[in-house]
Amino acid sequence: METLGFLMEGFAVALTPYNLMFALFGAFVGTLIGCLPGLGPANGVAILIPLAFTLGLPPETAMILLTSVYAGAMYGGRISSILLNIPGDEPAMMTCLDGYPMAQKGRAADALAVSAIASFTGGLIGTIGLIMLAPVLARFALTFGPAEYFALFLLAFATLGGITGKNPMKTVIAATLGIMVATVGIDISTGTQRYTFGVLELYEGIDFILAIVGLFAISELLFFVESRLGKGRKSVQIGKLTLTPKELISTVPTQLRGGVLGFIAGVLPGAGASLGSFISYTLEKQILGRKARFGEGDIRGVVAPEAGNNGASSGALVPMLTLGVPGSGTTAVLLAMLISLNITPGPLMFTQNADIVWGVIAALLVGNVLLLLLNIPLVGFFVRLLSIPPMYLLPIVTMVAFVGIYSISHSTFDLYFMVAFGVAGYLLRKLEIPLVPIILGMLLGPEMEKNLGHALVLSDGDWSVLWSSPLSITLWGIAALGLALPYLVGPLLRRRMNAAMKESPVSD
Amino acid sequence: MLIKRTLSFVAVAAFSMSAMAWQPSGKVECLAPADPGGGWDFTCRSVGNVLQQLGLVSGSVQTVNMAGAGGGVAYAHTVSKRAEDNKLLVAASTATTTRLAQRQFPGMDADMVTWVGALGADYGIIAVGKNSRYQNLTELMAAVKANPKSVKFAGGSARGGWDHLKVLIAAKAAGAGKLPAIPYLSYNNGGEAMTQVVGGQVDAFTGDISEATGFMESGDLRVLAVLAEERLPGQFSDIPTAKEQGIDAVGPNWRGFYMPKGADDAAREYWVDAVDTLYASEEWKQVMKSNGLIPFHPPADEFDSFVRTQVQDIENLSREIGLLK
Repeated sequence: METLGFLMEGFAVALTPYNLMFALFGAFVGTLIGCLPGLGPANGVAILIPLAFTLGLPPETAMILLTSVYAGAMYGGRISSILLNIPGDEPAMMTCLDGYPMAQKGRAADALAVSAIASFTGGLIGTIGLIMLAPVLARFALTFGPAEYFALFLLAFATLGGITGKNPMKTVIAATLGIMVATVGIDISTGTQRYTFGVLELYEGIDFILAIVGLFAISELLFFVESRLGKGRKSVQIGKLTLTPKELISTVPTQLRGGVLGFIAGVLPGAGASLGSFISYTLEKQILGRKARFGEGDIRGVVAPEAGNNGASSGALVPMLTLGVPGSGTTAVLLAMLISLNITPGPLMFTQNADIVWGVIAALLVGNVLLLLLNIPLVGFFVRLLSIPPMYLLPIVTMVAFVGIYSISHSTFDLYFMVAFGVAGYLLRKLEIPLVPIILGMLLGPEMEKNLGHALVLSDGDWSVLWSSPLSITLWGIAALGLALPYLVGPLLRRRMNAAMKESPVSD
Repeated sequence: MLIKRTLSFVAVAAFSMSAMAWQPSGKVECLAPADPGGGWDFTCRSVGNVLQQLGLVSGSVQTVNMAGAGGGVAYAHTVSKRAEDNKLLVAASTATTTRLAQRQFPGMDADMVTWVGALGADYGIIAVGKNSRYQNLTELMAAVKANPKSVKFAGGSARGGWDHLKVLIAAKAAGAGKLPAIPYLSYNNGGEAMTQVVGGQVDAFTGDISEATGFMESGDLRVLAVLAEERLPGQFSDIPTAKEQGIDAVGPNWRGFYMPKGADDAAREYWVDAVDTLYASEEWKQVMKSNGLIPFHPPADEFDSFVRTQVQDIENLSREIGLLK
């Protein structure tokens, strides 16, 4: 009941015309970012961060904007999957399997419409799950001491690569780089400077936001400049809508199952939206068995993964908001934004910044409705945007990035730093080193160090405090499982994912 | 009453006119050594507004944010590039004196600028969770005296930062030995530290009174003492001072300004008087009230020596805990 009251207050925040405008804008831009192949949700949110600073948005509006982009990207990913057989972002990969065959049969409009509805259901289920689970988990998190937090961060690092991660070694390298960057600056537990070399600008450490915008947005720009400067895609016809209400109703069970499974996958560390859509697709395939023709353009093959990845995107917000531990790249970027807005995520945020938390949650619900409205009638518009050459888009992104970063601290030093991060990001991507673990390393490394220090101070230097409570032992157990699972289950899952992709008659 | 006030206003105005040959013309700059949104930024913006309302500046007061090194970048900028600027004020607080005392601004010290004045303060507190066995500061400090490791403190500053120093000031005043042995856990901010105290993981919280109001009102936090000369006004009047409990510890986190050392004497006098006039104004009292600032304003001629004493005290304490060699 208390939750309902908070949620109402959240709606009061989210429904102010100002915030509603930014939610709409975020949903629109997010869909656009999602449908552009290559630009994933993490990049999308990273690109919009400087804009929030440029416009000087208040914290709740900034967070509403970014979460709307996040939700929008999840919607948008399906558009290019269906029309071009190129996933707009990773979670939309499974949507290609039945979406593209549907488009080839001349049912592109139906596939786009039904997937928008499935995204809506998935997002709705995920957000309801978030509303029910988050406050409970937040209260539970109050019982966490330094030792439990240390085990929790360890768990986050252990599951960093994700169950389906390709090259664990490169993930470790990336996370280590992130931790190294984070050691620059004052060490709060001893009060001494580390790796600052007497440069005053380095005394407060390296700003996460700088690193994120540089690594994601600037490196993205460099990639575009290199690969497809100037060229646009040829435009695609989507045809007429022939979806019948009866057909739509027949997908309802699939939508519900997909949303719930996606939400669970989102909450679990290391799983995320890609796995959410994969699990709901494969499970649906097993449940329906011979009754369905998955891979040949079955409508439920579009519904399941879309409900799954949108459910997962809300689910992934649960550990980020309640524990301050992000489970995915995009939630890591959102966490960095919260920290730079001077808001500490975790149990305290639900009481001290209730307006922001519940405003964001309500905005997710509002955003979902907006996205559904945007995505059904306006889908043709997004399809046309798909053929805009990036040469018009990228100068805008660059300008916003520079103005935004400059407006945070008015320091040209920061701009050089951002460009350096951009170049580094470009090189790392060339080496196929993932960028998300770098951000997670930067965010989680110092927290883990701090909690280890605190735990040892509290126990007078006795290391056994780290595994002395049932809670921390459980967390250590899950962490060990997280390390072992990719080796046990990973190859199998990956093989099945690839096999599923190959089964699709048109994959090339 | 009205006549009296008008008269005094005229007197002040006349005094200002006669005493000051120098007056700022055009734009005045207020340097906030941090990102927008923090305490220093607030000092610049609110003082800028009131200065304009009172007509103490003819043009506008522009707030310029220059973050970095906890104020070090702005300090270096003032010392090296703006040394003779008559129209520059820089926001400062106890954080500035702490870093100066601990040599965290390399090659710079408190003599390199002119300290203008303070405009209010936030006072240090020591608090415990509602279920703690400590009922007052005397009991808590007795436990620290008996065994320095027995009470663990949490605060929002780094080790050696102001929140840590307040514990040491109080412990020293209570006669505790072995100051470096007192466990101090540093968190990213006061809120995080309080969560751990409220959750029962850590024994005591050290911070400023403005940080703790939320948890005080909800009853989760019991404030044992405020480190002020006398009881604070308004809603805080129930909280005993450390002095009342026989522990002579004072920890004001003041807010104020410094300006470039090489500015003209006339300009320095003008700004010192302007800060006095501003502090006495109704407009400023309103700002203090709505932002939880507590009166703190050493007379103009004493502020400089106050800053120096604070720097010296912090330096001594830092040496004692081994942070300075």
